[in-house]
Amino acid sequence: MKYESQRVALYYFAGALALFVVQVLVGVLMGTVYVMPNFLADIVPFNILRMIHTNALIVWLIMGFFGGAYYLLPEETETEIYSTKLALVQFWLFLFGALAAVVGYLFGIHEGREFLEQPLWIKVAITIVALMFLFNGTMTLLKGRKTVIANVLMLGLWFMALFFLFAFVNPTNLVLDKMYWWWVVHLWVEGVWELIMASLLAFLMIKMTGVDREVVEKWLYVIVGLALFTGILGTGHHYYWIGTPGYWQWIGSIFSTFEILPFFAMVVFAFSMVYKGGRKHPNQAALLWSLGCTVLAFLGAGVWGFMHTLAPINYYTHGTQITAAHGHLAFYGAYVALNIAVFTYAMPYLLKREVYNQTLNMWGFWLASGGMVFMTFALTFAGVVQTHLQRVMGEDFMGVQEQLGMFFWMRLGSGVAVLIGVLMIVWALAVPGRAARSVPATPLEVPAE
Amino acid sequence: MNTAVETETDAGTDDWGALSALPGNPLMWVLILSEMLVFGALLAGFAAMHLIDPAGHAVGQAALDPIMGGLNTIVLVTSGLFIALAVRARVDGQIRPARLWSAAAMVLGVVFLAVKAVEYADKAALGIGMETSNFFTLYYLTTGFHAAHVIAGLVVLGLVSWKCTVENLETGAAFWHMIDLVWVLIYPVVYLIR
Repeated sequence: MKYESQRVALYYFAGALALFVVQVLVGVLMGTVYVMPNFLADIVPFNILRMIHTNALIVWLIMGFFGGAYYLLPEETETEIYSTKLALVQFWLFLFGALAAVVGYLFGIHEGREFLEQPLWIKVAITIVALMFLFNGTMTLLKGRKTVIANVLMLGLWFMALFFLFAFVNPTNLVLDKMYWWWVVHLWVEGVWELIMASLLAFLMIKMTGVDREVVEKWLYVIVGLALFTGILGTGHHYYWIGTPGYWQWIGSIFSTFEILPFFAMVVFAFSMVYKGGRKHPNQAALLWSLGCTVLAFLGAGVWGFMHTLAPINYYTHGTQITAAHGHLAFYGAYVALNIAVFTYAMPYLLKREVYNQTLNMWGFWLASGGMVFMTFALTFAGVVQTHLQRVMGEDFMGVQEQLGMFFWMRLGSGVAVLIGVLMIVWALAVPGRAARSVPATPLEVPAE
Repeated sequence: MNTAVETETDAGTDDWGALSALPGNPLMWVLILSEMLVFGALLAGFAAMHLIDPAGHAVGQAALDPIMGGLNTIVLVTSGLFIALAVRARVDGQIRPARLWSAAAMVLGVVFLAVKAVEYADKAALGIGMETSNFFTLYYLTTGFHAAHVIAGLVVLGLVSWKCTVENLETGAAFWHMIDLVWVLIYPVVYLIR
């Protein structure tokens, strides 16, 4: 850590990790409901659990992005954060909003629109939080060195805030409602979040492999170009069956097929940087998370996305467990692993410790990632069976669900593995290892470029 | 950073791999390759529709005017020649002739759009729209997407004529040739092959 104001990232990382645990814990509860349908039904019904599971995920990921940005910006711009005080106020307001939403959900207070269930006042609070960040981040960027990485990161965060505004657009026409809804949901995860992902990865690659900035920047341009070229019109793959005109089936099928390209480029990028620069960086766990992030994102977002993105296929698979399989591995690979990579890299510097608990962190990686991959396979098989029985043979929904029981047990088991893996990761990040406790602290040098 | 890493990567600082040898900005070639994929997929869509529903394809195709399409092919290919001449002039250091050739290419780009507009108006007069049939959904998507690129290409040519360095002009010309080439592929697949 070179700049004092980077320390503010620690708040965001801690908040994100806490919500991460909540998210996965609730996920395991949901997995239990799938095999024991009346579990918790009278206390917290499934729809509420699902709101908490999905909302907590989004909030902790964004909290991680904010933290990552506050860590990255000073090093990239070579200047302190414009206002650390504002960054702290922003953090507490964000955390309060998130917790208020969760408590509200438990009492049945929500607006019902999937993923955007937050009551209006919380949406307003989120907007204020975003504005605080954009002001702080942009002012930092303006007074410092302007690198491609910092610019792309801020661009991604600006667009993220901009597209969130469509959460306020809720026409009574159900077609238009869904159309704008995807402008938040799709254009985030398959559009501007990829800018954030690529820039954070680029930062990690420069720091950990020592490869020249010029080389990394070229990759960044290519990845960002591909992400926007394919991702924006790729939104069409959500417009097949919502009441929009039929040409969306062509637009959506073609562009979203190519959405695999930026993810493939990120795999080639990360591995070639590590190959060029070597693996001498002491933080092997952060390197593992960075590489794992690109591979799992390519599989989850790229390959599993492509599996059911073509309109004639999606006609049968739409909204089955195949979607759930894709959603889980895509989010885990692209954004969960990315955030953990950033945390794993940055926290030793922030806490002024030697790189610690590497082995535990890496075991956490393999257990959580292995659990998630197993879950993806279980849900994919469940989805294929479901598609055949329900959509081809015409059996009724609940009858089919009954027959998927075995897969849902496998999903619960893998979910528990993910939970244990996550707890190991959080422990590894938060608690100094035995070696670190016995050796007097000699802070790691931040590598020059 | 250690020295071993430094020497290894310094050599590759200006290296864009396979794209290094191409004229203009390498990022333009990333875009061109992406465009080729998309137009390739659309044309493959035409081919697939032709196989699945030959009768529907024939009905749709009969409503098109191959003369107008042929005229536009001549217009755009000639425009491609003009932008190539612009690049040659610029490489020889003649900025004014380069700008004039580029302007001539742009004028033909506008002519292309005008012909396209006449074609669309004729279809509209016959009551043919994007939802008429699978053939016309694809027809409007492909030609409309292409026409949008002609408009974008005009903007690009305008920019590179203004900031008229060799690299800029080569970059713009590469984009314009891509639009040109795509039309040369669209014309036979959509208008001619029966």
